[in-house]
Amino acid sequence: MPKVTIDGHSIEVPDGTTILQAARMIVDNKNYTGPNIAPPTMCYHSKLKTSGGYCRTCIVKVTKGSEKDPRPMPKPVASCRTTVMDGMEVVNTTSPEVLESRKAVVEFLLINHPLDCPICDQAGECHLQDLGYEHGLSKTRYDFPRRTFNQIDIGPYIKLHMTRCIMCFRCVKVADQITNNRYQGMLFRGDASEISTYIEKAIDNDFSGNVIDVCPVGALTDKTFRFKSRVWFTKPMDAHRNCTKCSGKVSVWLKGSDILRVTGRKDNWGEVQEWICNECRFEKKELKDWVIEKPTHIDRHSVISQNHYENLAQLKLDIGKQQKQISGKK
Amino acid sequence: MGKKLLIHNDKVAGISTLEVYRQHGGYASVEKALKTMSPADVVEEVKKSGLRGRGGAGFPTGMKWSFLAKPEGVERYLVCNADESEPGTFKDRYLMEKIPHALIEGMITSSYALGAKTSYIYIRGEYFYVARIVEKAIEEAYAAGYLGKNILGTNFSHDCYVQVGGGAYICGEETALLESLEGKRGNPRIKPPFPAIAGLYGCPTVVNNVETIAAVCPIINMGGDEYAKIGIGRSTGTKLISASGHINKPGVYEIELGLPVEEFIYSDEYCGGIINGRKMKAVVAGGSSVPILPAELILKTDKGEPRLMSYESLSEGGFVSGTMLGSGGFMVYDETTSIVKNLYTFARFYHHESCGQCSPCREGTGWMEKILHRIVEGYGKPSDIDLLWDIQRKIEGNTICPLGDAAAWPVASAIRHFRAEFEEYINHPERIKDVKHYYSVHQLAGA
Amino acid sequence: MSTQVSGTETFGNDLSAKIVFSDEAMQIVQKIIARYPEGKHKSALLPILHIAQAEFGGWLSPKTMDYVASILNIKPIEVYEVASFYTMYNLRPVGKCLLEVCRTSSCWVRGAEDVVKHLEKKLGIKEGETTKDGMFTIKTVECLGSCGTAPMLQCGASYHENLTLEKVDQLLEDYRATGKQRSYTDMDYKNTL
Repeated sequence: MPKVTIDGHSIEVPDGTTILQAARMIVDNKNYTGPNIAPPTMCYHSKLKTSGGYCRTCIVKVTKGSEKDPRPMPKPVASCRTTVMDGMEVVNTTSPEVLESRKAVVEFLLINHPLDCPICDQAGECHLQDLGYEHGLSKTRYDFPRRTFNQIDIGPYIKLHMTRCIMCFRCVKVADQITNNRYQGMLFRGDASEISTYIEKAIDNDFSGNVIDVCPVGALTDKTFRFKSRVWFTKPMDAHRNCTKCSGKVSVWLKGSDILRVTGRKDNWGEVQEWICNECRFEKKELKDWVIEKPTHIDRHSVISQNHYENLAQLKLDIGKQQKQISGKK
Repeated sequence: MGKKLLIHNDKVAGISTLEVYRQHGGYASVEKALKTMSPADVVEEVKKSGLRGRGGAGFPTGMKWSFLAKPEGVERYLVCNADESEPGTFKDRYLMEKIPHALIEGMITSSYALGAKTSYIYIRGEYFYVARIVEKAIEEAYAAGYLGKNILGTNFSHDCYVQVGGGAYICGEETALLESLEGKRGNPRIKPPFPAIAGLYGCPTVVNNVETIAAVCPIINMGGDEYAKIGIGRSTGTKLISASGHINKPGVYEIELGLPVEEFIYSDEYCGGIINGRKMKAVVAGGSSVPILPAELILKTDKGEPRLMSYESLSEGGFVSGTMLGSGGFMVYDETTSIVKNLYTFARFYHHESCGQCSPCREGTGWMEKILHRIVEGYGKPSDIDLLWDIQRKIEGNTICPLGDAAAWPVASAIRHFRAEFEEYINHPERIKDVKHYYSVHQLAGA
Repeated sequence: MSTQVSGTETFGNDLSAKIVFSDEAMQIVQKIIARYPEGKHKSALLPILHIAQAEFGGWLSPKTMDYVASILNIKPIEVYEVASFYTMYNLRPVGKCLLEVCRTSSCWVRGAEDVVKHLEKKLGIKEGETTKDGMFTIKTVECLGSCGTAPMLQCGASYHENLTLEKVDQLLEDYRATGKQRSYTDMDYKNTL
């Protein structure tokens, strides 16, 4: 098993593991108390084959190629698409150079983004927001008109707000890999590229709704939830039902006793664990449709965690981990 | 007079036909390779020759060939990169148009060396008429038994096809070319895996430039050692240079590597000096992507040595005072040229050609174009120069493919060597308002 | 940018026309598909789109693209993706003669802007527009590999190089006189391609 060292933390990982996965494994370890050394991602998605490599936010520097060939790699590499070699040494958060490059990538991602967070349904759970908060500039240097597109409906349930898109290709890969037909794709090229159906065509597939869950920004949103509530005013609960099409394991987002929306369950890294069908997502909005299990785990750093009570044990665990991190920093 | 190996027969009437081409020694390398050499021998000769990729990167061809994976029972492919789209470069077009059989001969010999049963020549779509010429030549080669089953009675069989592109500079990047050849958008692939392991249809593939493949013929004919004697140092052999811009004799020239740049520009055998006897201002020596150099630095290195047309000499001094041989697209600008406006045409080009896959290139190229447009129009801000510098620095190295670097380098070098001109544009827009930045066609016609 | 093709343009191909390759064109298409290994027929997409564009009025309507998708047995979106990526495929109707003027560095320093201005004046249209009679469209393009013979313009398969304004005038006259639709495949693609 190859051994890789990322920001000074070593781990042995199975063959074929990428730098990003290795970094996540380090952080996911229960006993780990160090800082979050996993590179941020926008286009990589663990459940989608060949995803990643496009957005460049996860770039890291390889200071030692491997035990066999210790030469450093000349350019920063996308950690989500670079496989670990035995003896590889990687710097991420400890390298000012990497942080600088990442800052540049964030700036590029934001120059044509409308920054309409106040009216965007994704706000509060938007990966670009998090990224901008951590790595962005407080002021833009881009003083030209931003790129805009007309909003289009892809079928009755999904709104495509192309202006917000960052071209992560995730939705295209979902359509390719989990549905049997793809209607939307990347059209045109360069900064005129857009995700589109070209001719207005409804995406008509039982699993099409998953494009909403994989969209890291507010480009694809759930029309049944549109403008209903800010996400941080809703309470996510793990729930399930017997579904013939999918696992039926979802998160339902409650306001009082109303289910405002249904999404797939996401893992620690904000990536969907299991795909769910459109019936569960769009048509089952009554409490009686679901068996509520427990509050969905929300990271304490997320705005959604406000007034969101999970089980006490988990809460204690989280606080304990945070305290360790603080004392670790000192 | 330097040695010529590739286009020495370009003025022979009917050289585009197989008959005349053969009369002038054509297809000798196929005969020699297939009948007297093993594939490994051919690779060895190419290695010995020191031939370097003529498409722009200058990677040793023999080494590239030796990387090709050879798993049992899996097809291998040779793909010729004829998607010549680098501004300032038109040598491949010339070669294919005038002597198409030189390419086909090289394709057969190279395919034999690599064990490829099928090869494709990917020609940029705009060169449709060239594709037609090459196709006709392929037909002739089939008829004469140089292509098809059991070539020249040996047990080597080979099929060669032409594929036309659809208009995209990015398809000159080898993995984008393979994607395009598979009928997809020309998005460069994320490497690894490299084409030598998984290229066309996931099979091991070698992608070589037209000129590289054509150069294999003289190498086999004369032997790798003999070829390596031509040229200078590690820059062996001859190179086709596409000369354009403000020179008296634009066109394609074959030079022996190591020719002094000064001789190339001013001698009547080559460019014939600057148009209307004006002074030279700057040169882009290897296609639009390489750094632009002011006249004094292109003629002499910063150490004061005369600069030569070779991979090493042109890059002497790194990017601070040097450039690259690149694809050999030699563009000369005289004293009347506005470097700023010229840079704008490059920035517009790269913005237009960015595939849009990765964010630094997709967003950055457009941003640079917009800023340069503003400066050219006389609305530049004093902070724009530093902003441009910062943007190019942040694109470089952070992208999937080299297009990002290619877009950044011209901007960096123009600012590095001609910063004063940018400042002039920004501080005194009134002075540049009515200035014509280029020759009009009237002037060229002598009116 | 709106991607909706309205189909209200009156010039170009007749939208009501049936989109089917002639037997002759179909034979060429089959020949092209045969160049690629079993199951890799999608490779034929770019050349076939060129033929489709030439056959069906000089541009690719959604209907044309759907037809190409059906021939290759691929999803229509795969065709749209490709057709919209490459600059040689027109997604809107263009004039019979699409005049593509190169404007990158080498052409620019030798007067490409003059050629464009002259064309605009002469034809009474702006870059990107089509004349009312549907004869000419002016388009500026990036480097076409004719730097040594700049300035230049491409129309169909033909490169017109070392242009002067007189040459441009002559060209327009010649094209108008023949009145033929020009396409990239003009070079007798029917024999081989």
